[in-house]
Amino acid sequence: MTFPWLTTIGVLPLVGALLIAVIPRGRVALIKSAAIGFAVATLALTVAMMTQFRSGSDAQFQFAQSYQWIPDYGIGFRVGVDGVALLLIALTAFLVPVVLLASWNVTSKTKSYFVLILVLETALIGCFAATDVFLFYVFFEVMLVPMYFLIGVWGGERRVYAAVKFFLYTLLAGLLMLVAILTMYFRTKNGLEGVGANGTFEYAKWLELDIPQATQNWLFLGFAIAFAVKVPLFPFHTWLPDAHTEAPTGGSVLLAAVMLKIGTFGFLRYSIPLFPEAARDTFATPMMILGLIGIFYGALVAIVQKDIKRLVAYTSIAHLGYIVLGLFAFTSQGQAGSVLYMINHGLSTGALFLIIGFLYERRHTRLISEYGGLRKVVPVLAGTFLIAGLSSLALPGLNGFVSEFLVLLGTYSRHPALGIIATFGIILAALYILIAYQRTMQGEITVEANRDLKDLTIREKVVIGPVLVLIIALGVVPGPALRVIEPAVERVLDRVNATDPAPSLTETAGSSK
Amino acid sequence: MNVAQEVSTTINSPSIAYSLIMPMLVVFGAAIVGVLVEAFVPARSRRLAGLAVALLGVFIALGFVIYLAQNLNDLKNPVAGLVARGAVAVDGPALFLQGAILALAATALLLLGERTPADERPAAGGQIRPVQTETFSLTMFSIGGMMLFVSAHNLIVMFIALEILSLPLYLLCGLARRRRLISQESALKYFLLGAFSSAFFLYGLALLYGYAGSVNLTALYDAVYEPRSNETLLYAGLALLAVGLLFKVGAAPFHFWTPDVYQGAPTSVTALMAACTKVAAFGALLRVLLVPFFGLRADWRPALGAVAVLTMVVGAVIAVTQTDVKRMLAYSSVAHAGFILTGVAASNRAGLKGSMFYLLAYGFTVIGGFAVVTLVRDGNGEASHLSQWQGLGKRSPLVAGLFAFFLFALAGIPLTSGFTGKFTVFEAAVEGGATYLVIVGVICSAIAAFFYARVVVLMFFQEPVADGPSVVTPPWLTSAALGLSVFATVALGVAPDLLLRVAGSADRFIR
Repeated sequence: MTFPWLTTIGVLPLVGALLIAVIPRGRVALIKSAAIGFAVATLALTVAMMTQFRSGSDAQFQFAQSYQWIPDYGIGFRVGVDGVALLLIALTAFLVPVVLLASWNVTSKTKSYFVLILVLETALIGCFAATDVFLFYVFFEVMLVPMYFLIGVWGGERRVYAAVKFFLYTLLAGLLMLVAILTMYFRTKNGLEGVGANGTFEYAKWLELDIPQATQNWLFLGFAIAFAVKVPLFPFHTWLPDAHTEAPTGGSVLLAAVMLKIGTFGFLRYSIPLFPEAARDTFATPMMILGLIGIFYGALVAIVQKDIKRLVAYTSIAHLGYIVLGLFAFTSQGQAGSVLYMINHGLSTGALFLIIGFLYERRHTRLISEYGGLRKVVPVLAGTFLIAGLSSLALPGLNGFVSEFLVLLGTYSRHPALGIIATFGIILAALYILIAYQRTMQGEITVEANRDLKDLTIREKVVIGPVLVLIIALGVVPGPALRVIEPAVERVLDRVNATDPAPSLTETAGSSK
Repeated sequence: MNVAQEVSTTINSPSIAYSLIMPMLVVFGAAIVGVLVEAFVPARSRRLAGLAVALLGVFIALGFVIYLAQNLNDLKNPVAGLVARGAVAVDGPALFLQGAILALAATALLLLGERTPADERPAAGGQIRPVQTETFSLTMFSIGGMMLFVSAHNLIVMFIALEILSLPLYLLCGLARRRRLISQESALKYFLLGAFSSAFFLYGLALLYGYAGSVNLTALYDAVYEPRSNETLLYAGLALLAVGLLFKVGAAPFHFWTPDVYQGAPTSVTALMAACTKVAAFGALLRVLLVPFFGLRADWRPALGAVAVLTMVVGAVIAVTQTDVKRMLAYSSVAHAGFILTGVAASNRAGLKGSMFYLLAYGFTVIGGFAVVTLVRDGNGEASHLSQWQGLGKRSPLVAGLFAFFLFALAGIPLTSGFTGKFTVFEAAVEGGATYLVIVGVICSAIAAFFYARVVVLMFFQEPVADGPSVVTPPWLTSAALGLSVFATVALGVAPDLLLRVAGSADRFIR
């Protein structure tokens, strides 16, 4: 029996949360250090697991484990990862300690805050690691609760509105997915090979189902609505600006960097492979068009924002639009680029939210007009903001470029018109990031209160440093990540019978290095 | 039928397999002992003695139920059977539901037995009232009636059981020590509407007798399969019978008593009604629909589906506008009745199993919820207005946290029993070809989540109000009830397998 990597990594934060819950409320330093300790241990284990991952493996899921949970309904505790899930778990495990350290100054109900973030980490990792659809659904819904409290208790002025809106939107969408899940489960009861009369929720078995296309369309919709809200795809995005803006820094980072990816991950893992004909023939074009609308809508609305956090929130809609575009172009560059984009967006937007958090702690305002000329006062902070921003606008040499380029290339090779239109989104991206940088960091100091701002502390440098290092590293050497992603993506493309119209991925990746 | 001959023969008392109805006998026995306790035990130890007798009776009865259930499917010595000339059925569903009623009743009794210090202080402008200890024997009579209700195999027995369970409840509703007017109003309302629904039930029973010439469920089953001349009697009878049962279930449009009664009755009695009465009423509904009228399911399923949709929508939507915790929980119980009805309307094994599981799971959660309501008090007793709960999370994080937990369970968040319950009934409905009910169900779940979330917002996201209610430290009986509820809600959410298997092995009615 091999080491249960995924179970250990998933359970460790929860164990930490339970232990911290019994520490007396007053021992704040102990609570914070213990939480960070558990998060770092999780990260260490994740790194160790990544070294064991073999990207050439024949098995769809590695580190797989399977136990009975509710045999009456064929439900099991089944976990396993492919390359995509592995990278997303790594992203989660990397960002949680960063977020916890960034939240060092949370003063009200410190214990609950750290406990909730650790619980959230378990739910997020579980969501990516589950290979049982019931288990996936459980984590998908459970994660709403800690995030609901994070926004509602520690959020900004309109936190209640934002928290309730976020909760209800995602819950309703998830419940509609439940109907589709139940319908799928019912189909497994009717003579699927190797499945008893109780049916099964095992993902691998669901792939064997033969579903008529008309039914596929409905089921695809059931799953897609849940994921589209999570992504969020235009026009299901209205919860996002509120939730991201009102959430505390830690919540915003995890929301933007990891939780949104559950939507795109869900498309790639569930919607497309389970309903390949529906995805390819019926929904590919509508999804890409919605992605395109998201790119332009998000960017244009971001440009006119007065609140810097809201600006970054809207840029997420634009970025996630690219990811959806790449996923539904059904080319290996497009999909691999989309997966890499998920990671890159997590890093760049996570960094931006962290830096905005630093600013907010100093000035307690998010209004762009309250800043200006900060580069002179806090050069290090301004520098980190610039790097994160440039990564967000896909400057070559930084991580964002590789993935955005691959997405555009992959889209262009199958749908030239859509690819060309999407390229114009880059210009808008440059616009909103550079405008934001210019108005807050450059020029004269316009607000007196900004004159004696302190630059980044050592703690803050420790927080933002690793993120920036990864941003640069993934920009210079994206090859290893792409090699991990490629087999998983090829499997999805096999399911939908899509062959690349253009040169294969490895050449492209090699040339972009 | 030769009536003259039947009258002339001497009536032989039927031989009764007493071992099979021991659970009910024990409960009724405990109720009678409770009356004696009331008469002879000195006032100061009456409460504890009454509670002890009641709990003892419940636990012994539960022991018998478990013993019978274990031998239920014993091939050599099967215990399942009809007792007292087919008047009472002891089968899987009957035993499961009796067990559920007893387990929930034990938890509710802990609440009923609690006496908070606030009860000793006179209410504003009122006088101190002695604690009423007759609640225990009344409750036990009611519980006995519920147990008979779910195992009655004869419509007359079912009607008698309905009255045995209802009459003590009418009294219990009027026993509030504070806010006496609203309590008595609720008792009267419940009595009048309850009597009305009993009349429906009785009328339906009479028509069915006219159709089949018998009120025995087996005879009715046969009569449904061998159509008689006058089918109008059959359909009208079934409809009237169903109205009587749907009233007790609290399904729309027969739910109007629910909010008033739930709000006015003493909270511990409300907990008893929300948990146990619901189990009993659904048990009888399931038996009536699935045993004699199974052959007519093509006819009653659409109607029941419509009732389920209406119940879910009405419960969830009207709950949104409530400003009183108890009324909100009442409408939520209407919505939950709708969710359970989707399992009934599935009319398959999975539906029976899911409904039974849901009833037990929901019962524990709702008792826990009402237990928390008893703890939040101000000078005038329980502070049940929602605005008074503002900022409770700051003042008393533990109690508010528990309530939030129960609310999330009611909302059906995974890893709580509420989700497992919904999952089982929705799965059954999909299997039974009633996917439309599931779609309505999930939309109503989301609407319901809105008002649950709103209470969480009030408690945790807002600042406490000045001179708000104080939270009583949970006394030990209430703590025990809360502990049981939390345990059941978590256990049935995380590891529901054992109970699902028990419910699955008890999914066969005797015909």
